[in-house]
Amino acid sequence: MTKDPPPRVRVTAPVTARRRRTTVVSELDAESPIGEVYLRSLLRSQLRLALGVTAVLVVTVGLLPLLFALVPWLRTLEIAGVRIAWVLIGVCCYPILIALARAYLRRAERNEQDFRDLVAPLTGAPNAEPEGDR
Amino acid sequence: MSGAAWALLAVGAVVALTLAVGVFGLRVSRTTSDFYVASRTVTPMVNAAAISGEYLSAASFLGVAGLILARGVDVLWYPVGWTAGYLILLLFVAAPLRRSRAYTLPDFAEFRLESSLARGVASGLVVIIAALYLIPQFRGAGLTLHLVTGAPTWVGSGLVAAVVVIGVAAGGMRSITLGQAVQYWVKLVALAVPLAFLAISARGGSSTVWHSLDRVGDAAWLEPLQGPYALYLTYSLILATFLGTMGLPHVVVRFYTNRDGAAARRTTVNVVILLSLFYLLPPAYGVLGRHLTGAATSPDTALLSMPGAAFGGTLADLLTAVLAAGAFAAFLSTSSGLVLSLAGVLSQDVMGRRLAPVASFRVAAVGGALITLALTWLSTGLAVAHAVELAFAVSASTFCPLLLLGIWWRGLTAAGAIAGLVTGGLTSGVAVVCAMAGYTPTGLIGALLSQPAMVTVPLTFAVMIGVSLATSATVPTHVIRTMIRLHTPESVAVDRSGFRTRVPES
Repeated sequence: MTKDPPPRVRVTAPVTARRRRTTVVSELDAESPIGEVYLRSLLRSQLRLALGVTAVLVVTVGLLPLLFALVPWLRTLEIAGVRIAWVLIGVCCYPILIALARAYLRRAERNEQDFRDLVAPLTGAPNAEPEGDR
Repeated sequence: MSGAAWALLAVGAVVALTLAVGVFGLRVSRTTSDFYVASRTVTPMVNAAAISGEYLSAASFLGVAGLILARGVDVLWYPVGWTAGYLILLLFVAAPLRRSRAYTLPDFAEFRLESSLARGVASGLVVIIAALYLIPQFRGAGLTLHLVTGAPTWVGSGLVAAVVVIGVAAGGMRSITLGQAVQYWVKLVALAVPLAFLAISARGGSSTVWHSLDRVGDAAWLEPLQGPYALYLTYSLILATFLGTMGLPHVVVRFYTNRDGAAARRTTVNVVILLSLFYLLPPAYGVLGRHLTGAATSPDTALLSMPGAAFGGTLADLLTAVLAAGAFAAFLSTSSGLVLSLAGVLSQDVMGRRLAPVASFRVAAVGGALITLALTWLSTGLAVAHAVELAFAVSASTFCPLLLLGIWWRGLTAAGAIAGLVTGGLTSGVAVVCAMAGYTPTGLIGALLSQPAMVTVPLTFAVMIGVSLATSATVPTHVIRTMIRLHTPESVAVDRSGFRTRVPES
């Protein structure tokens, strides 16, 4: 998404007054159609990510009761003297929740970084320079 | 009786610790902003411990172990759901809610919907959910003190109410933020140490325990999906806990103490980790308890009677005292958070501006706690775990749709949100009223009333979306501006002025 060519560097003096009026931030603040396109892209990437993680949660943790309903022998399965149903619900769910939370955090922050990169080069704001994780 | 003396000593230590932190907080909190949100100087790790400490209530500390002991493996879904609720909150709510700069759910409703009527409806629901969640904390305190010392049950509930009101009214949020973070570790240690002793005493390891359970005819207890409508009940519980967490008033308030949206996310990830660690312990108590005491004990006090069943003598007294102290830490921390958010809503939306903000906050804290205490003494026999369960169902059927649609769908109108909140509140409220009146029918109706979320949550979503589409001409004027502020990271310098939050800035 950030593969746009870098902004052209003009050799002439910059027309500062005009540039300030057309930054993405000012488009966002003005609620202009262009600003809305930017907002929509951010919203859509974050929502798609959240729904994707939810889908993984449903397929792993969420399908367990259905699995027990459809596969009755799983309910009484015993390995090394321990009931597998107890381990699946009471222990195995938690690492899945932690892993999903961490994976989401990384990707959500990257989405915001992408959005900032999209917006900041045009604003000339001091926070446009640093790359990568904060 | 030396057992009672040990227990009193341990409970007294927890109460003294809580009061000491409260008095220390009084010396540092000067401005109104300190009172409400600790001036937002709390780091993600401290804040995560505070959220977890506040969240682990009577139901988590005493209720889950007892319920597992009584009902078996299906109850394991409670702690899983209470943890997964924070994952859902992280995915959809954490950062935007912090960026909305709303301090309470009514603040969010007013900010997003630009309607003071929506604010009023949300305020009413916050009071209902907070009271429904507070009653079992007070009742649990009464039962615990009664069991370990023989004191009448009103002593324990009155003690917790008094300590909480002193802490909240004197120190405000900063004192209880520090206090809550400490309480998480107090609770974890108080649950882990007796468990270690009990596990050692159950010589022969886990396979011996499982086989002894098999022998005493507990095969049904060991299997998931027991009883009629088990699949419906399990999925309805999952829905209520996964979606209900985000709408609990004492949870939302905590997010304001994060520095920004990114910090709110990091805090939530830490909360998922801390809760996962804690919730490994109660199921172990449930299994060992079934092994030690059988199915006969009452769920709400089963945990406290386990050391006595395993050892006897001074060791049992000491371990019971440790568990009682941990239980009081649970009652105190959860009640503090609930009284704080109750006082926040009462002082802002009910009492108006007749008093200075700090005085009004103190009066609201005392009043809110006293009224709930009276309700606890009046309402009869609502089991601790079931009252908490219903609070989650009400929250999932009201604030969850409001937050999800309000944050992600610009088409939500004030009329749609209000219609949905009223529908969800009334339909899930039927279950609450039936439970409080002791009406528990069998069959499908009974299943629906004990776990209403599977019906009421989709219904609320449908009503909110349907009415919003029908009134799409009345979409709030500044909705695009609101969406920009909810979703753009703080590092992008969009105009964030003009928020109508009622929390005074320092």
